[in-house]
Amino acid sequence: MKIGVYICQCGINIAATVDVEKVVEYAKTLQNVAVSRFYKYMCSDPGQELIKKDIKELKLDRVVVASCSPRMHEPTFRAVLEEMGMNPYYFEMVNIREQCSWVHIDKDKATAKAMYMIAGAVARATYLEPLEKKEVSVIPRALVVGGGISGIQAALEIAEKGFQVYLVERNPSIGGRMAQLDKTFPTLDCSACILTPKMVDAARHPNIELFTYSEIESVDGYIGNFKVKIKKKPRYVDIEKCVGCGACAEACRLHARIPNEFDMSIGKRSAIYVPFPQAVPLKYTVDPNNCLTLKTGKCGDHALCVEACGERDAINFNQKEKIVEVEVGTIVVATGYDLFDPVEKPEYGYEKFDNVITGLEFERIVSASGPTEGHIEINGKEPKKVVFIQCVGSRDKESNEYCSRVCCMYTAKQAHMVKDKIPDADLIVYYTDVRAFGKGFEEFYNRVQDEGVIYRRRELDDPIEVKKNGNKVVVKAKGHPDVDADLVVLATAIIPKKDSKEFSRILNINQSADGFLLEAHPKLRPVDTFTDGIFLAGCCQSPKDIPDAVAQASGAAVRASEPLAAGKVFVEAISAVIDEDLCSGCRVCEELCVYSALEFDEKDKIMKVNDVMCKGCGSCASACPTGAITMRHYDVKQILAQIGGLIR
Amino acid sequence: MKEKFEPNIIGFLCNWCSYAGADLAGTSRIQYPPNLKAIRVMCSGRVNPIFVINALQQGADGVLIGGCHPGDCHYERGNYLARRRMAVLKKLLEYTGIDPRRVRMTWVSASEGKKFAEVVKEVTEDIRELGPMQHFRRENKW
Repeated sequence: MKIGVYICQCGINIAATVDVEKVVEYAKTLQNVAVSRFYKYMCSDPGQELIKKDIKELKLDRVVVASCSPRMHEPTFRAVLEEMGMNPYYFEMVNIREQCSWVHIDKDKATAKAMYMIAGAVARATYLEPLEKKEVSVIPRALVVGGGISGIQAALEIAEKGFQVYLVERNPSIGGRMAQLDKTFPTLDCSACILTPKMVDAARHPNIELFTYSEIESVDGYIGNFKVKIKKKPRYVDIEKCVGCGACAEACRLHARIPNEFDMSIGKRSAIYVPFPQAVPLKYTVDPNNCLTLKTGKCGDHALCVEACGERDAINFNQKEKIVEVEVGTIVVATGYDLFDPVEKPEYGYEKFDNVITGLEFERIVSASGPTEGHIEINGKEPKKVVFIQCVGSRDKESNEYCSRVCCMYTAKQAHMVKDKIPDADLIVYYTDVRAFGKGFEEFYNRVQDEGVIYRRRELDDPIEVKKNGNKVVVKAKGHPDVDADLVVLATAIIPKKDSKEFSRILNINQSADGFLLEAHPKLRPVDTFTDGIFLAGCCQSPKDIPDAVAQASGAAVRASEPLAAGKVFVEAISAVIDEDLCSGCRVCEELCVYSALEFDEKDKIMKVNDVMCKGCGSCASACPTGAITMRHYDVKQILAQIGGLIR
Repeated sequence: MKEKFEPNIIGFLCNWCSYAGADLAGTSRIQYPPNLKAIRVMCSGRVNPIFVINALQQGADGVLIGGCHPGDCHYERGNYLARRRMAVLKKLLEYTGIDPRRVRMTWVSASEGKKFAEVVKEVTEDIRELGPMQHFRRENKW
């Protein structure tokens, strides 16, 4: 057995705290080690060449590289072995950067720990077995979850590459948050004008199948072969028959009496409705929580909507929830965000006073298609003094520590909109820091200041209080004179979707500490997740503005298309193996496997493993009383040998 | 004498959560004692109690098993299996006269670098307090 050990200095990332030369000398004393070297950057071309040369000249049997986390460069070095005709699983990596040099200061102790770690790896390497990667075919279709701008963009791009896409949206219409916005910063183009053509494109694309008013029930399988159950909630309207004329909504007994969620409940709708006039698909939906027929079984002497629909006969109160099963190769998650509820910060007076509204409510008020047709008014009157308060629920350790990224600019835009519509209005913005970091942002911020908007700085820790003062509210901020305001707009933060946790579990992906969905690498794999075949786009991953969300969606679409185009992928070779002579057929393992990869063979009276179903967790191997189950690459001998090395 | 004792601790860390959390502690340069040396496993459910016993036999003074938080297991419920196994193992250790506090199970997610460092600090101090492991020492032979 000949093992080559290679220690990386990683510039000074490792060398500053680990005495690399000493470690090299130590490695030479370990059993089976034929060669030990160090290099400045093992992952670089010359570093890789060093290993290749030794493999060829010294005929190495195993390669151990001590450098960064295997989560970073394991594939790099496995490829080196493969290129030299070695089995890639004859490679072992030692993480002396993330788990040694970066977390210790004492050079002697860090050096000693690195030696132990390498001794463990060398001991383990001796027992490594060759493995074959499993090749599986890829179903050439994708699933996109979420029909906001990110989801639409991702779906369109995958579809354009020639693959079929299922686009699932939980609301009756696609469009998402962007559809609710009036103008977009800093260019001031109308949000609906640039979004609705894309919505229509998505609906009309021959490769895209829309599932609106639908939710993901379950996801099983793995990259290339996901099985997805989609729950289609009953619309109580046959979308094949509905032409979107709206006669039903006009006729509804509750016409213009139910708060419209799309308008942030400022506008009113009927119990049968489309959320907004440009909805895609333009098909009506019955709201089961308000419709008299569905709630009470009785709507006067007859349902007026059914009468109005007449011969089209599109309304069907007997429609039931339906589960549709689809199979896809890859998944793009674009589930978007929720907004911080300012009720949690009672000092701002939200919900106590009509004059205090959120940024998104302002968007609906200022929108020409909104409930006030674009007239900025509060209790029927045009406000002359408007106060904007930023960082509501963000950059605040009590609620959300992160910066919500879009609020500075949307506040600037909203201030501009007020100036545009009410030129004599006085505007004051309370800000903590203005973060105008994007393309054209600083210029826009300057423009808004030139228009006469007054910016007043507050410290993050200084509370702002909003109190009642007759028909107005008074805004009290430390270090500034009180302001009697007609309208206060709160820049509420983007927060993770409320059901992020449940959804991340359905998909088997992770959340970061702030609750957003976690990318596989913060710099280099910003659209991947740790689960192969599942990708992220838009605000589900972190707060971002429209261009960033669209850019990420395009990235996710490319990533999700790669396996579809390749037609096959390699999946992890780590799986369970059963020694038929040792298996007693006790079936203890059978129940433990959540993937049903273990099956009892009635004829031989022993357990058999389905290689493709097995995901290699090893739960079964740890339970096997006879030790008949071996985990490839995490075999008992390999692990015990590694323990021995680590504490020798 | 007691202050000078540097315990030898083996950490079994699951690939998806705890190992990633340990990596994050590194990327964030959060310092912790060098006494724990990690073994990466795909899932905490892979940790056979034999591994833990064997580590103690081979001279480890303590063992930490790190898995995903309950409900977050990459393999759905491997962490629950590990938790049960470790609970039984602790009883066995107690029966054989080994302080069960030498074995600890913890949940560290991929975003909890700080927590990982804190857990390692705690475990190191706890094991230091317990002193060196002196039972059943033997070498592996096969």
